[in-house]
Amino acid sequence: MIAIIDYGMGNLKSVHNAFKFIAPQIETIVTSDPALISKADRIVFPGQGAMPDCIRELNNRGLREIVIESAMNKPFLGICIGLQMLFDKSEEGNVQGLGILKGRVNRFKSSKNLKIPHMGWNEVHQNALHPIWNNIPPNERFYFVHSYYVEELDHSIKTGSANYGTSFTAAVSYKNIFAVQFHPEKSADSGLQLLKNFISWTL
Amino acid sequence: MGLAKRIIPCLDVNAGRVVKGINFVSLQDAGDPVEIARKYDEEGADELTFLDITASSDNRDLILDIIESVAKEIFIPLTVGGGVRSPDDVRRLLNVGADKISINTSAILNPNLVAEASSRFGSQCIVVAIDAKKVGNHWEVFTHGGRNPTGLDAVEWAKKMVNLGAGELLLTSMDRDGTKIGFDLALTKLISEAVEVPIIASGGVGNLQHLVDGVLLGGADAVLAASIFHYGEFTIREAKEYMTNNNVEIRL
Repeated sequence: MIAIIDYGMGNLKSVHNAFKFIAPQIETIVTSDPALISKADRIVFPGQGAMPDCIRELNNRGLREIVIESAMNKPFLGICIGLQMLFDKSEEGNVQGLGILKGRVNRFKSSKNLKIPHMGWNEVHQNALHPIWNNIPPNERFYFVHSYYVEELDHSIKTGSANYGTSFTAAVSYKNIFAVQFHPEKSADSGLQLLKNFISWTL
Repeated sequence: MGLAKRIIPCLDVNAGRVVKGINFVSLQDAGDPVEIARKYDEEGADELTFLDITASSDNRDLILDIIESVAKEIFIPLTVGGGVRSPDDVRRLLNVGADKISINTSAILNPNLVAEASSRFGSQCIVVAIDAKKVGNHWEVFTHGGRNPTGLDAVEWAKKMVNLGAGELLLTSMDRDGTKIGFDLALTKLISEAVEVPIIASGGVGNLQHLVDGVLLGGADAVLAASIFHYGEFTIREAKEYMTNNNVEIRL
């Protein structure tokens, strides 16, 4: 069973639809029940909106512990704010993250030629080999929509990067965690391929 | 290489079917929304926009069924606009699989809707649609297909909407809409430079050079077109190849 963690922020329908489409035979649930999350074989941790709200809702729903626990011991896919929340601290509202990964979350510097949010299809460079990149061509485009990006302390976790004014981290991996800044569930065939790779990823 | 400019075909939906018509008159059935969405996706559309032009409130909920069906098998961003009046309308559309909601007239009647919706659902999913028309030496915001003036200056309005939480603006020139003589590039450039968020240019596309001009001269981050794709004059693939050959970065 795959559990998509629901803490009341944003739209999880697209993520759920994508898993049902690529793996109709696997049970995928959207849940805020720690017991179900604990039973799941794989965890998807999405996020939309503002990180301070996401952290607050996660805490309010009593999901903080189970998210941290899951991120330690089973295949765990963070998406967008679900990537950002894994880090120590965000410039957005000066909020503390979950502190599972070392580093911080910064806002893109706005300029005349740089619209914020960074929205659309950007090329993702694969900085390291990883089973989650299987059958995905180098520099494939994925769909992004975000105003903040992660800056990891330990560069060895950087697994993907993209350019927007500056080079920024688009994917990280650490043990059983793989987390992406873009939206695989909205990135057409390559996004679906990434989700398939996640389903078949063995630790 | 970095962020690609986006090509967004727009599907007008009436009573559950995709329709085409010139200036909203003599609507003709153009087919099943899911089939058309699938075709555009296969041709490489970067996003899809559905504009609900259903006049009858009886048929209003059909758009929910359509989005739900499309979202089950098309995995690119889906925007829905038309008839969105309350945060609850936004929520219902997001719940069936829409990714972004476009708000137009309701933002004018109640600007706070944009603030409420973006704080509840995130500004990444709130698009404000602005229909502008040149009046004297500035552009004014109009409603009802360009018939009703609002007295609002388009640039000031754009800034206000972004301040209230719009994550993107869909800018339509009512002077150009349906004319096929190209985007209003001066308007597009003016708004694009006035706000931080991405701008989708709309209204007036008649050929592929117009798409290139919208990006290179108008400063648009995305270009939206309906008729050139619906009537089969050009495919999305042809548009993308043309733009690439004319120095616009595109996802191929």
